Amino acid sequence: MELEARDQKVFSRVGMWLFLLSEILIFGGLFLVYAMYRAKHPADFHAASMELSRFDGTLNTTILLTSSLTAVLAIFSLQELNKPRRTALYLAATIGFGFAFLVVKAFEWGAKFQHGLYPRAAELGTRPHGEILYFGLYFTMTGLHALHVIIGMVVLSVMLAWVLGKKVTQQRSAVLENAGLYWHLVDIIWIFLFPLFYLIS
Amino acid sequence: MASHAESAGHHTAFPWFTDHGRRPGLRGFLTSTNHKRIGMLYMAAVLSFFTIAVILGVLMRIQMLSPDSTFLTGQAYNAMFTVHGIIMIFLVVIPGIPTIFGNFFLPILIGGEDMSFPRLNLFSWYLYMTGAFVVLASLALGTGPVDTGWTFYVPYSLKSTVNVPLAVFGVFLLGMSSILTGINIVTTTHQMRAPGMSFFRMPLSVWGLYSTAWVQVLATPVIGITLVLIMLERLFGIGVFDASKGGDPILYQHLFWIYSHPAVYIMILPAMGIISDLFPVFSRKNIFGYKTIAFSSLAIASVGSLVWGHHMYVSGQSDTASIVFSFLTFLVAVPSAIKVFNWVATMYKGSVKVDPPFLYALGFIALFAIGGLTGLVLGALSTDVHTHDTYFVVGHFHYIIFGGMGFGLFAALHYWFPKMFGKTYDFKFATVSFIVLFVGFNLFYMTMLILGWAGMPRRYYSYLPKYTDLQVIATVGSWIMVGGLGMMFGNLVHAFFRGKKAEANPWGGATLEWQISSPPSFENFEKVPVITHGPYVFAKEAKAGEKGK
Repeated sequence: MELEARDQKVFSRVGMWLFLLSEILIFGGLFLVYAMYRAKHPADFHAASMELSRFDGTLNTTILLTSSLTAVLAIFSLQELNKPRRTALYLAATIGFGFAFLVVKAFEWGAKFQHGLYPRAAELGTRPHGEILYFGLYFTMTGLHALHVIIGMVVLSVMLAWVLGKKVTQQRSAVLENAGLYWHLVDIIWIFLFPLFYLIS
Repeated sequence: MASHAESAGHHTAFPWFTDHGRRPGLRGFLTSTNHKRIGMLYMAAVLSFFTIAVILGVLMRIQMLSPDSTFLTGQAYNAMFTVHGIIMIFLVVIPGIPTIFGNFFLPILIGGEDMSFPRLNLFSWYLYMTGAFVVLASLALGTGPVDTGWTFYVPYSLKSTVNVPLAVFGVFLLGMSSILTGINIVTTTHQMRAPGMSFFRMPLSVWGLYSTAWVQVLATPVIGITLVLIMLERLFGIGVFDASKGGDPILYQHLFWIYSHPAVYIMILPAMGIISDLFPVFSRKNIFGYKTIAFSSLAIASVGSLVWGHHMYVSGQSDTASIVFSFLTFLVAVPSAIKVFNWVATMYKGSVKVDPPFLYALGFIALFAIGGLTGLVLGALSTDVHTHDTYFVVGHFHYIIFGGMGFGLFAALHYWFPKMFGKTYDFKFATVSFIVLFVGFNLFYMTMLILGWAGMPRRYYSYLPKYTDLQVIATVGSWIMVGGLGMMFGNLVHAFFRGKKAEANPWGGATLEWQISSPPSFENFEKVPVITHGPYVFAKEAKAGEKGK
C-alpha cells in the first residue's frame, strides 16, 4: 500500500491550500478590525494615511510583484525546463527582492519612529483616536506581514539548498511548488495592505 | 523487523506498539509518525491534563462548602477557575476526540493506512505539548497564574498584573496545533479512502470529524490573531482594545466568540459522530436517516459559526444584533435536535443491547438534551438577562461539554478500548461506575442550575448564607462524580494490565475497524479493503451470534 508519488503531490497541494486558507483568515481578523475602525473614523484614517510615503509603498509593491514573477520562473525552470541552476538563480533573486522589501520597510518604520508616530509615543498620544488606531493597526498588520516575508525567505532559502543538493528535482518538486504558493500569499496580502494604508482618499 | 518484535518480548500484545519502529521503546514512540502511536501520545497527554483540571475543580468545590470558607483566598480561587477553564477547554475538550480517536481510528474507518501527513501529525503533537508546557509554565513564572477567566476579556486582561502574555501565547500555539490537525483530517478524509468508500459509505463518526476539522481550519485563525492582539496591546499598547485610545473592548468579545462559539461545535461534533456509530451497533439496525445526520453535522458547523453574539446580550451590543443572534441560536438547535430524534428512532424496533459503551451513549443523550434545553433559556433574550453570568450558565455548559463531549469520549473509550489494546474490561464494574458518575454528575450540575436560577453568580469565591444548603449538595455531588470517574478509569487501567484478551469484533460492529485484528497491526489492513456497502449493514451471522450469547 505504498502511496504513489502522484497522490503525494495531490495531498500536499490540498493541504497547502487549506493552510493558506487559515493564513488568510488570520489576516481576515485584522481586516475586520481595520474595517470597523475605518468606518468609525474615516477622516482620521485619511489624515494618518497622508503621513505614509506613497513612493516607498509603490516601490515595495513593485519589488514584491517582481519577486512573485521570479518565484514562478524558478518553479517553471525546474518543472518544465529541468534547469536546476537557473531555478537556484531565480530563487536567490526572489530572496533578494524579499530582503529589499524589508530594507525599504525598515526605512519607513524608522521615519515613523522619528516623527513619534508609534504606539505609546507622546506625539501620537496627542492625535485623535482614529489616528492612534490607524498607526496601531499599521504597525500590527505590516509587522505581521513582514514576519511572513521573513518566514517566506527562510523557506525559499531551504528550497535553494535543496535544489542545489538535488533533494528537489523535476520529478519531486511538490514542496517547491508549495513554497511558491506561500510566497504568492505573502505577495497577495501586501496587495491588500498597500491600498488600505497608503491610498486612502 | 521480525527479530525486533521478538526482542521487544512482553510488548508483542500490542503490534502497533512495537512493529516497524526504527527505535525501540519510549523513544520509538516519541518519534513515530504512525497514526495509532500519535493517538496514544495524545491520549496520555489529554488524560493527564484532564486529571489536573479535575483536581482544580474539586479544590474549588471544597472552597464553596461554606460561605465564609478560608480554604482558598479570592485570588487563588480566581486563578483556579481560570486555569481549570484553560486546561479543560484548550488542552482537553477541543483537542480531545479528534486527536485521540481521530488519529487512531480515522484512517482505519475509511480503509486507509495512515493520515495524509504523518510527519505533520507528529509535529502537531509536539506543538500541542509545547503550547501546554507554556500554559503551565505561565502559572509558575512571573507574577502568578492568570486570573482573567479562560475568556481573557479586556479590559481586565490588559490591566491584570499577572502573567497574561505567556498564557495567551501558549493558547496561540495550541491553536496552531489544532489548525494543523484539522488540515490533516480534511485531507485524509478526501484522499485516503479505500476503493468503494464513497462519502456516503463513511461511518458517521468520520462525518463528525470531517465537519469539525473544517471548523478547526476556518475558525481557529481568528482566535489566533485575537490573542496576538492581546499580546501586542499589553506589550506595545497598540490601542485596538483600549477605550482610552479609541479602541473598543466589545470588539474583543466579538473576535473572541467568532472562534470560541464554533469551538463549542469543535467539541461536540466528533462526540455526536461517535454516538451515531454506537446507536446502530447496539440496536442491531441501520441508522435512521444517515444523510440527515451527516448533513446536520455540516449544518451545525456552518450555522454554528454565526451565533457568537449570544454570548454578548448584556455586553452592550445593539438590540438588532441581539435579536438576529437569538434567532440564529434557536435555528442551530434544529440540526442538533434532528440528530437526537434520529438516534432515538434508530432504537425503535431494534434489538437493543445495553453494554457499557451504549450506556454512555444513552447518558450522552440525556445530559446533552438537558444542556440543549437550558441553552434555549440562555439563547432567549429576556431569560438570559436573568441568568447571565450565574451558576445557570456554568451548569448549562457543563451539561453540554462534560455531559456531551465528556460522555461521548467515555463512550468512545469503552467502545474502542478492546480494539485499541486487545483487552476487555469488566462490564459489571463499568456499569456501576457509569451509574455513580451519572448520579454524581446530575447531583452536582443540576444543583448548579438551580443555584443559578436562584441568583448565585459565577466566579465568586464566597456567597450569601441562603445558598449554603445547595452549595453543599453540589460539592457532595462533585465528590460522587469524581468517585465515578476514578472507578471508570480504574477499571480501564486494570483491564489494560490484567484484562482478558478481546475478540476482534466484540460488539458485532460492521464498520471497518471491527474487520481487523484487535489490536490492529502496524499497517491496519493486510490488503486494501474494497467497500461495497454502507457502514451499518449487519451480517446475518452477527445477529445469530448475538442471540447465542
